[in-house]
Formats: sequence, structure tokens, C-alpha cells
Amino acid sequence: MKRRDFLRSSTLASGAFLIPAFLKPFETMAMSAVSGYKNLVIIQLSGGNDGLNTVVPFGDDIYYQKRKTVAITPNEVIKLNDIQGLNPNLSALKEIYDQGWMNIINSVGYPNPDRSHFRSMDIWQTASNSNEFLSTGWIGRYLDSNCQTCQNPYTAIEVDDTLSLAMKGSKMKGIAVQDPNKLYQTTREPFFKDLMHGPDNNHLHEDNLGYLYKTMIETYSSADYIQKTSKTYNVVAPYPATGFGNQLKNVSKFINSGLNTRIYYVSLGGFDTHVGQQNQQGRQLKTYADAVAAFVKDLKQTGKLDDTLIMTFSEFGRRVEQNASNGTDHGTANNVLLFGGKLGKAGIYNNAPDLANLENGDLKYQIDFRDIYATLLKKWLNVNDGSILNAQFTGLDFV
Amino acid sequence: MDNLKQVKHLYARAGFGADFAQLHSQRNWSAKKTLRKLFKESEEIQPLAAITENLDLRQLRKDAAEGERKAIQELRNQQERSLNAAWMKQMSTTNAQLREKMTLFWHNHFACNIGNYYFQQQLNNIQRTHALGNFKTLLIAVSQSAAMLNFLNNQQNSKAHPNENFARELMELFTLGRGNYTEQDVKESARAFTGWAHNGKSGEFVFKAGNHDDLSKTFMGQTGNFNGENIIDIILANKQTAKYISTKLYRYFVNETPDETHVNQMADVFYKAGYELKPLLEFVFTANWFYEDKNVGNLIKSPVELLVDLNRRFYISYDNPDVLLQFQRTLGQVLFRPPNVAGWPGGRNWIDSSSLMYRIKIPSTILNAGIIDFAGKATPEDEAYLASQRKQQFNVIKRVQANADWNKFLEGIPLKAQREQVAAYLLEPPLNARIVAEVNKAADIKIMVIQLVSTPEYQLC
Repeated sequence: MKRRDFLRSSTLASGAFLIPAFLKPFETMAMSAVSGYKNLVIIQLSGGNDGLNTVVPFGDDIYYQKRKTVAITPNEVIKLNDIQGLNPNLSALKEIYDQGWMNIINSVGYPNPDRSHFRSMDIWQTASNSNEFLSTGWIGRYLDSNCQTCQNPYTAIEVDDTLSLAMKGSKMKGIAVQDPNKLYQTTREPFFKDLMHGPDNNHLHEDNLGYLYKTMIETYSSADYIQKTSKTYNVVAPYPATGFGNQLKNVSKFINSGLNTRIYYVSLGGFDTHVGQQNQQGRQLKTYADAVAAFVKDLKQTGKLDDTLIMTFSEFGRRVEQNASNGTDHGTANNVLLFGGKLGKAGIYNNAPDLANLENGDLKYQIDFRDIYATLLKKWLNVNDGSILNAQFTGLDFV
Repeated sequence: MDNLKQVKHLYARAGFGADFAQLHSQRNWSAKKTLRKLFKESEEIQPLAAITENLDLRQLRKDAAEGERKAIQELRNQQERSLNAAWMKQMSTTNAQLREKMTLFWHNHFACNIGNYYFQQQLNNIQRTHALGNFKTLLIAVSQSAAMLNFLNNQQNSKAHPNENFARELMELFTLGRGNYTEQDVKESARAFTGWAHNGKSGEFVFKAGNHDDLSKTFMGQTGNFNGENIIDIILANKQTAKYISTKLYRYFVNETPDETHVNQMADVFYKAGYELKPLLEFVFTANWFYEDKNVGNLIKSPVELLVDLNRRFYISYDNPDVLLQFQRTLGQVLFRPPNVAGWPGGRNWIDSSSLMYRIKIPSTILNAGIIDFAGKATPEDEAYLASQRKQQFNVIKRVQANADWNKFLEGIPLKAQREQVAAYLLEPPLNARIVAEVNKAADIKIMVIQLVSTPEYQLC
């Protein structure tokens, strides 16, 4: 059989488009394998969210001493225990917390913290040490690990127009999909299909041209699948009419349609609050909480909450003492928020941040963020975390 | 490499590409002679003048009346559109290509995203004026611009409460790069910049002595009553700044992966020349390594470069320039709206599934109502797709409203030119068998040209 004929027949068999077979084995997982399928949703708050005004240590006097004008007053705080409570803009999460679907991990960070947005974000996304520069992301390396359930670009979807470093491995990368139908439509052009299987494949080198062709080939294999699968499900639950709400609504559509995707990545920006923090952060936190609460309730309704784990992080927290512009400057350790129907531990995971014991005015981290990643990889995604993180981390018991 | 190839490569990198007629007439020129012409043509400085009014954006505050807020918002959006269109047009039509290309470099190096387009235009004109001049002059002018003072919160940087934002970005992104200063350096230098502010209306720089901390500071091992200019002098005396800028220029003009030896050569030239940019650029564009095969046709065009390249080659004018803003948004690079202080990361970061598919579709959308004729064997599904494209072509034309001058383009092609020569002119990477096959299948030259600009190869320069 000629190669071209072979490609045509395999195309018929799979219903997908013409992709050189040696590059992309057609992976069609039986639907039965999908039940019990675990999803991980990662929410990135960009700009350095002020964790101390998110989960407020209202029981600690030092908090009020250091933050004369930007502190959340005790009567505004939604109290969770004697020391910590939620920013009032997170009120939608109270119900979720009371159901035992939320967990707060305090003082998460890493040694020798970097206060640059970009560098610290890279550290979080690549899971590197602070003096180590990696060009692959931790989810990208998960894709590279070639485990049984992570062999397609759509194993990891970023609901956005561009792909974050976290999603890029050395061989594989996730796929950025804001609107599945729009992406699908762009792959219909006959000339483009023709380009991808011309007389030679010498163009698939490691240089930029090879990179463009490889990306194109991956796009074809994913766009068709994502479009056809996701359109079988309509989200009925109400979501807030925000960009972020829409992104989570799309994730719900993907999850509920049975897409063989394991990791979803969503971002919300606007947290770099050097000036006039209360209004700005309040607005963003409300956008965040309203959408997450809608998402969690939606998944509960459709029976997917037990198979879903949501993790929220930001590249760093902010300095304990406020600045003169009613804002806060770049800091270090921060809280990580988890949501899910089957948490190993609900509520507040560890002690509130110790405001009396600072390092140059910044919080000291108590939990390495890679212990959280290790837990997600090992206990939730069932893969070898050590080879993906290039180091052994003990992990935690929130799963 | 023959002369024609060198000239073509130089125009692709130091400018936004040459048209066919120009390349043909300069085909025997040396790189040096071509470079002299590029510099000569860039002597002219044409500032942007699209924005004439500094809108009072305080009316956007929460307590303002709803109607007023809407009105001022609309005015601001209008300003954004006109400023964007004005620069796109200038890049697409100017002879001062090298100056505009460097302005685009500084636009990303000194990335700034604020809603005041009057200040944005001032900053852009500063970057254009000093684009090929002295880096120190440029750095000070940028640091004292209303746009940057606003963007990096130096307006809030005062003696009583220093704000470190500007001082940090100055070192991390504008001069030294990460790892070449300490947190203490950030804190101390922030104090030196206290009092740097601007006039709210005109945007002019003002030094507020009352806000300035004139006590002693210790910065990078030196102690004194430093002011902002002193700090900048200390930073520039450190050769690391020359190296950092050289690295970024290398990645912009030569190769995404910096070559240590070449970058060090550049830093030597730059430092010795007292941070004059012209000698540095002359050095790069006449270096043998600049013309090596691995440095040809291997840079991914930014979305703006892609659009400008297309506009220049096909002499495109837009009845509704807003469509260019729409394309920028789709491809992830809107001028004056960088994602953050670090600017657009560039290179392979431009490319992901969605953006790549849009990138290869946009040229035909602008030039040919979205239709890419197809000579191969079409399946029924392909036929249906092509029919649907033809059906909506009038809608596409109505939305895009772009006029390419095909006559001028075709007249520029010498009569005897072979198809493969035309292809080699349009695409920077060397032609391979696949492209040659497509070229020979196409029904006519115009169809072939549309196909060529719809390839991944055309994404590179």
C-alpha cells in the first residue's frame, strides 16, 4: 500500500484528517475508559495576588498594624475560624467552603524567592528552583512523559488564545483553544491540508520552519476532535457574564462532553495592585469567586465534581506592609486554593501565615509549591511525579 | 551568498522587506552600499501626530456620571484606533524603514501600556527620535516621559514612601537584566528617583524637589547623594548593560538563540562607542555571521511585521484601518497594548494552534477575499468548503476593505522572471520540494502568489 493510500484509509477509519501516521498515532480511547476520568483545572491569577487580603488574618493584630488603609476590617471579613476569613468579595465561595469542597493552603512558596513577575511566574510554571532556568513547563513535561492517558496535545487545553510556558514540553505541548468552532473552521482550507503532506518531510526539522509545520499538524489532529466532541454538550447552569466566567463555562462544556482532556488551564489578570488596591483587587476577586462558585455548583449538578480538582495560584503574594499609595508591593509566599468534591482535607490545611516572623518584611514560605504539584501528579493524575519535577517531593494529603 | 540574497536578507531584517522592483535594481549592490542607503533614508524623523488632545481620564473614575464615563471612554477608544492606524500606515509606507524597525524594537523594549494615548504618542515619538541615536539619551527621555512615569508608578514614588516599581524594571528590563543587581540596589535606587514626575496636562517632566530624598544612598557598591541621573550613569558604566541590549538586538535582528561570541563582539562595539546605536547596527549588518545560512529565513515575524510586510509588498491601502487593529488582536500583538512590562516575548511564543492558523489565512483574506485556489484533487468536503468561501467573498471584501495594487506588484516582476524566482523573492527560507511543487501546480501567477503568502514559510523572515 502506498503511504498516501494508507493515510487515506486510516483517515476513513478514524474520521480525522490527513496526518502523517508516523507522527501522530490516532488515539481513540473507548468511552468506557472515560468514566472515572480525573480532571485537573488550574487557575492562574496573574500579577501577584495579595493573599493576605484574599484570606484575611483578621485575628492577628500585626495585620492591622502593617496595613493602616488597605486592611479588610474585621466586620467585613467572612470568618472561617478565629484567625482567618475570606475577603467579602469572595462571598460566593462561602457556600462552597461550608460544603467541604474548598481547601486553603497557607504560605506556599519556594526558597530564595524572586520578586519579578516574569521570573517568578516562570518558576511556578516550569517548577524550577529559583536559580534554575528551564524552557519546559511542568504540564508540558507531563505530556512528554508519554503516560497512557497523555499522548495528545488536547490532553492539556488552555482556554485562551495563547499557550503558557507551563503547557510546553520539549516534544509535546498542550493546545490553546478559546473557541473550538473557530479553531476547527480554520483547518478546513484544502490548500493547507495539501501543504502538510507534500512530496517530502524534510521540513520537519528542529528549526523554526519545522516548528511551524509540527504545530500545524498537531492543530489538525486536535481541532477536529475537540470540535466534534464538545459540541455534543450544552452547558445549562448559569455563569456570570464575564470573560473569566465564560472561560470556566467552556471548561465545563469540555469536561461534560467527555473530552479526553486531563488538564485545563485558565488565567485571570489584574492583580498587580501597587496603587488603590482595595477597589481593584476587590473587583478581580469578585470576578474570580462568582465564576468559580458557578463552576463548582455546575460540576456538582452534572456529577463531575468528584472527578475534578481545581487549583488556584499566583506567582507571588505581596509584602506584608502596605505602601503609601494604598497598595502593596511584590512579596513572596502566598496561599493556594483548592476545590473539588473529593478533597482529602477540607477547610484550612495549615497554620495561618506567621506575621511576627518575617524575612525582610516578607512572609516565609512553609510549603514548597512543588509539593503541591507532586501531589497532583502522583495522587490525582497517577504518574511518576519525580521524573516530571526532576526531584522528589514528599507531597501533601489534600487528595 | 550572492549579492541579491544579501540585499534581500538585509531588507528583511533591517527593514520590513524590499519590493521586487527595488530588489531587482539593487541586485548587484554590496551589503555596505545597501546599508548606507537604509541609514540615509532613515535620517528623516517623521513623528506621529494623530493625537492632539490630552483627554482628562479622571472622568473615568467610579464616581463620575455614567454618561460622562461612556463619552470619555468612546473618545479614548477613538484615540487608540487613530494612533494605531497612524503608526501602521507609517511603517507600511515610509522610506525610513530602519528607523521604524528600531522604533518597533524600542516599543517592545520599553513596553508601556497606559490608557492615555496622548502620552503614548509622546513616548512613541521619543523612541522614534532616538531610535538610531544614543542609548543613554533615549533611556533618560523614556524614563522622564509621562507615559513611563505613569506606567511604572513613579508618580507615587516619594521620599516618605518609596515605590520600587520603576527602579526594579529599569534594571531588570531596560538595562542590566535579571541577576545583575540586588534587592538592596532596587530599594536604594528607588529613593534616587523620588521626585521624578510630570505635568498632568502637557506631560512635560518636572522634578519635585520636595518629594526627593537627597540623603545618601549606597548603590552597587558606591555611596553618595545620588539622584536619578547618577543611578543611570552607574548602570551604564556597567558593561553588562551593553551586553544586555546587544543580546536583545541580536535576538531581534539575527537569531532567537544568541551566539555568545557574536553578542560579546557587539557589546564591545556598543560600549566603546559610548552607547551610540549606529556603529552597533553597522557592525551587525556588515558582520559575516549576519549572512550565514542559519541566520537567514529563520526568524518568526511578529504579527505587526507580518502585516506590514504584506502591506509593503502589495502596496495595500485600507478604507477602514480598524481592520488592522482587529488582525493585531487576533494574532496577539496590539500596538501600544503590550501584555505587561516585559513586552511581547516574541519568537516561538507568537505561535500556537489558533494563531498559526489565523496567520496563514490572513494574507489571502486581505488580498483575495479569503480565497486560496486549490489545484490539487479536492474531496467533496473540500469542494463544499471552497464553494462556501466563494459565496461569502463579498462579505469578506466589505469587512476588510483593503485595496492591493496588483498592477504595481506585477509590473515590478521582470518579464523573464521564472516562477521559482518569484517564490524566492516572496519567501525568506530556501525553497524546498514541496513549495516548488505547489508553485508549478498553480494556474497562474496571482494564484501562485496568494498560495505562497499562505504558507508557514511566509511567516519567517
